[in-house]
Amino acid sequence: MSDIETLEKEILASIENAGDEAVLENIRVASLGKKGSISAKMKTLGQMTPEQRKQAGPALNGLKTRITEEIASRKIVLGHAAIAERLKSEAVDVTLPTRTSPALAGRIHPITQVKDEITAIFADMGFSVAEGPEIETDYYNFTALNFPEGHPAREMHDTFFFNEKEDGTTRLLRTHTSPVQIRTMEVQEPPIRIVIPGKTYRCDSDATHSPMFHQLEGLVIDKTTNIANLKWVLEEFCKTFFEVDQLGMRFRPSFFPFTEPSLELDIQCERSGNEVRFGEGDDWMEILGCGMVHPNVLRGSRLDPDIYQGFAWGIGIDRLAMLKYGMPDLRAFFDADIRWLSHYGFRPLDLPTLFGGLSA
Amino acid sequence: MKFTLSWLKDHLATDATLDEIIEALTMIGLEVEEVDDRTQYQPFTIAKVVSAEQHPDADRLRVLKVDRGDGKLVQVVCGAPNARTGLIGAFAGPGTYIPGIDVTLSVGNIRGVESHGMMCSERELNMSDEHDGIIDLDEDAPVGTSFAQYAGLNDPVIEIGITPNRPDALGVAGIARDLEAYGIGKVKPLSVNQPNAEFACPVDVKLEFDGESLCPAFGLRYVKGVKNQSSPKWMQQRLLAIGLRPISALVDITNYVTFDLGRPLHVFDADKVAGDLVVRRARSGEQVTALDGKTYKLNPENCVISDDDGVESLAGVIGGEASGCSDDTVNVLVESALWEPLNIARTGRDLSIITDARYRFERGVDPLFMQPGLDHATDLVIKLCGGTASEAVIAGSIPASQFTVDFPVSEVKRLTGIDISASQITDILNRLGFDNDGAGDIVNVKVPSWRPDVEGKADLVEEVMRIHGVNNIDPLPLPSLDSVGKKILTTGQLRVQRAQRSLASRGMLEAVTWSFISRNQAEHFGGGSNQLALANPISADMSDMRPSLLPNLMAAAGRNADRGNSDVALFEVGGIFQNDEPSGQKRCAAGIRRGTAGLVGAGRNWQFNAGSVGVFDAKADALAVLEACGMDGSKVQIISGGPDWYHPGRSGTIQLGPKLILATFGEIHPLTLEAMDVNGPMCGFEVWLDSIPEPRKKATRTKPPLEISSLQAVHRDFSFVIDQDIQAASLVRTISGSDKKLIRNVQIFDLFEGASLGAGKKSIAVEVTLQPVNKTLTDEEIDSVSARIIHNVEKSTGGTLRR
Repeated sequence: MSDIETLEKEILASIENAGDEAVLENIRVASLGKKGSISAKMKTLGQMTPEQRKQAGPALNGLKTRITEEIASRKIVLGHAAIAERLKSEAVDVTLPTRTSPALAGRIHPITQVKDEITAIFADMGFSVAEGPEIETDYYNFTALNFPEGHPAREMHDTFFFNEKEDGTTRLLRTHTSPVQIRTMEVQEPPIRIVIPGKTYRCDSDATHSPMFHQLEGLVIDKTTNIANLKWVLEEFCKTFFEVDQLGMRFRPSFFPFTEPSLELDIQCERSGNEVRFGEGDDWMEILGCGMVHPNVLRGSRLDPDIYQGFAWGIGIDRLAMLKYGMPDLRAFFDADIRWLSHYGFRPLDLPTLFGGLSA
Repeated sequence: MKFTLSWLKDHLATDATLDEIIEALTMIGLEVEEVDDRTQYQPFTIAKVVSAEQHPDADRLRVLKVDRGDGKLVQVVCGAPNARTGLIGAFAGPGTYIPGIDVTLSVGNIRGVESHGMMCSERELNMSDEHDGIIDLDEDAPVGTSFAQYAGLNDPVIEIGITPNRPDALGVAGIARDLEAYGIGKVKPLSVNQPNAEFACPVDVKLEFDGESLCPAFGLRYVKGVKNQSSPKWMQQRLLAIGLRPISALVDITNYVTFDLGRPLHVFDADKVAGDLVVRRARSGEQVTALDGKTYKLNPENCVISDDDGVESLAGVIGGEASGCSDDTVNVLVESALWEPLNIARTGRDLSIITDARYRFERGVDPLFMQPGLDHATDLVIKLCGGTASEAVIAGSIPASQFTVDFPVSEVKRLTGIDISASQITDILNRLGFDNDGAGDIVNVKVPSWRPDVEGKADLVEEVMRIHGVNNIDPLPLPSLDSVGKKILTTGQLRVQRAQRSLASRGMLEAVTWSFISRNQAEHFGGGSNQLALANPISADMSDMRPSLLPNLMAAAGRNADRGNSDVALFEVGGIFQNDEPSGQKRCAAGIRRGTAGLVGAGRNWQFNAGSVGVFDAKADALAVLEACGMDGSKVQIISGGPDWYHPGRSGTIQLGPKLILATFGEIHPLTLEAMDVNGPMCGFEVWLDSIPEPRKKATRTKPPLEISSLQAVHRDFSFVIDQDIQAASLVRTISGSDKKLIRNVQIFDLFEGASLGAGKKSIAVEVTLQPVNKTLTDEEIDSVSARIIHNVEKSTGGTLRR
């Protein structure tokens, strides 16, 4: 075996045994560096005869190339091994928890969510959303709505009053959203299709009554709309809102000063505990009052009741929320207990739409 | 309004079942609220006590052997003092539910003696308050038969809700009329017996009113020689069934006629009336002690019936105690009158008196039945109590004119969609007692005297609709608007929605709290004016309209902390009130964070523990709302300080000039926390959504073209030492202004405050981004901008580059 072969074997063996890149670098320097073993052999070429050189030159160059390549490929292997080693040491326990995204932790109040659901439904039927002040005058809350002065129907409203003003008038907290009917008819020419969600107040407090609650008023005024249309709108609304295909409904004659004829709507349901199932059962639950706008109300808004006609309804938003989502106690709606809000509230990105399903 | 099935059948001949009647009542607008079919009385049997012996171990108890009619004797231990051999009463065996004491019986062992049932008292059966002894029936009571049937307890009780427009249905007879019109049964007409008038009425009646009369008419009869005793059993049973306590025949008659015919009456003990009766306004300071035992102070708004001794009765509301009937009453005055409904309502309300008479008079009684009602009641008095009647005295006059409506029958279809013939329409009206003149397109309809509510065409449509049947109307789609739906929410409404959704997406929980707060809180938060204080608050802590959403949210945080949840982030979007005008109500979004409830989440976590919330949490929330509502956050001014309820050094105001404040934010002042009785750390913000300027209307939805430079931006860091009171914003402004073309962004990346800088100094480090426009910047150009920045900062803030 020639010197060169011996040297190659030695170097290749040391490359093979090199455990890390630093050792490999030492081998490179020891073999290919200026003072390396291969370099030393190369220097001997000068002292050789041409014949010797002819033979040893290529052999040495071949050795140099092979060792260079071998070191390079070994370097890649060692480099990968080093990375693998490092990554191994960097391993973590991925079962450790992350913090909850704020967008998942936050909640929309059920009243807001239900209001948005209602808006989505009525927008589809061509309604706009109207609003009005919560502090009202006697005129808008009662007189313009055909509540005669001193009539028992006024008393049934348990009104919150403010202290009498210097001019002798007394403001009150609206007892229903109906004043906005008047305020709308005063400024908007028919046809009118509006819904009016808002806060209403009555001085009454127990498990099902709260001094503040939320109502949704609806008003349609044109030259043809009648009870048959009213039935259609409310039936469509109820089915869509409760997300059922069929819903037993029963309209009953009733009385409200500002509608004539007046009706109440009951829906068929099955109650067990907090859960209410619609479209089945033999219980009837009253959910809203409605009727044709009273001629006196139209006249008061300077609309001729022989030309214009239409209907109105009022429904409790809180009650709708309780029926659909099963909250047992109205008072808890206003207590801001974070356990209740987190449980009954809705995620902020779940904006109700008809195309995506109201509560899908 | 309650009545029993048999009572209804006094006025209506019908084979309809209870269920059919209930369904019909509801569908014609007399909503059935409750039906008591009285099956709970079925298990009770009439039984006879065969022997009653002293209990061996208890002085007050007896051991009864009871015969239930089958000859087998049952042993019952009984404590009633009247339990005796031979008594016939109501027996309940083991397993029977006893309604009056809410107990289901089982076989008992009372002091060593087994008891297999009980003999019941009236109270135990919910028949009356009587509990001195067990029920003691007549000797001929049929042992072994149903006690309920014997005692009339098997008569179903129906309770209906009567809307304020239907006084005619406040008597059983009126309900029968409605049912007949709907097709249930045939009304049995009431025949009023005209009592024999055997003498002139010795008491006269005068109506004395200056101006408006509160009593259109007043009828009176004197009946002498009556014997006031218990009313007959059938009358007592009916009164008990509807929740009235039988008192005596004279009193029971007035109650019975009130519910039977909707005609309230009053009966005076004639011997306690001095002189003639005068109907007039009360005089200031007059008093009357009423039949409820209470004394009422009267004023001229109240209408009274008086005699020589003063006020004897509060007209149409409640009778007086002094002239009331007793067991010794021999001569009576029967009153049937008409009263001004609004006056009755006001008197009842002012004096807080609720009676069956007031309830009917304020809704309106049938004026034409005043005199028949008087005759009928007098007849009943004579039948039940004996005596002879005087002629009737009628003061005033019964309104005679009949109200009529010209009714185009087409109104029915126009308003309801019901398509029926004119004759079907008039037929329904006729059945309800509305007569009509003429046929054709417009008929003249006479409104019956018992329907004061009917005042026009629409009311007649309702009558036709409810009798025709609302459920016979087929729903008809609302005509579709001939376009795709347009945007329907106003800017204000959209802002509310966006504020809600953006705050919730920042991890906050949306609360809805009362619109009212206490006076103290209102004052603390800049409100408390008299015009926003309720005259009749539900409680002292809910007395004033809120000037701010913060106090309720802070209080809610406190309640949550008391329940062990100290880290809370709550917000509310709702109305606040600056004055009592419509424009004084503002849309506001507000929120609070307490404890460690920052944006990234509260409390401890293995990665990092959340720190205490502070002013910058609130600032970020407020800016998030503004941005969500379309306000460019870089266009607003942020200045130090805010309202008094914030920490003066850790609060700020977001504004567009000093007169247009959009929001305030900050850490809550310790004295405010103390006033609200909550603990910090707490920060909060309020944004006035209505104050954000309307966005400018754009002609096109096209966004401006995107300009991207191909030239590399250059970043340079500077660190300046400046005085503590120099605001970061002014430093940034100074730097940005140094070369408006080149400087694209100035980012503060470090703030250092330490003694090493010297007293009252801080160091702020910024990264300035230079964006070349046309060509790459040379070192000289960059150095020149840097020098200008340093120079400007030195000049305008006194700051120096930190070396």
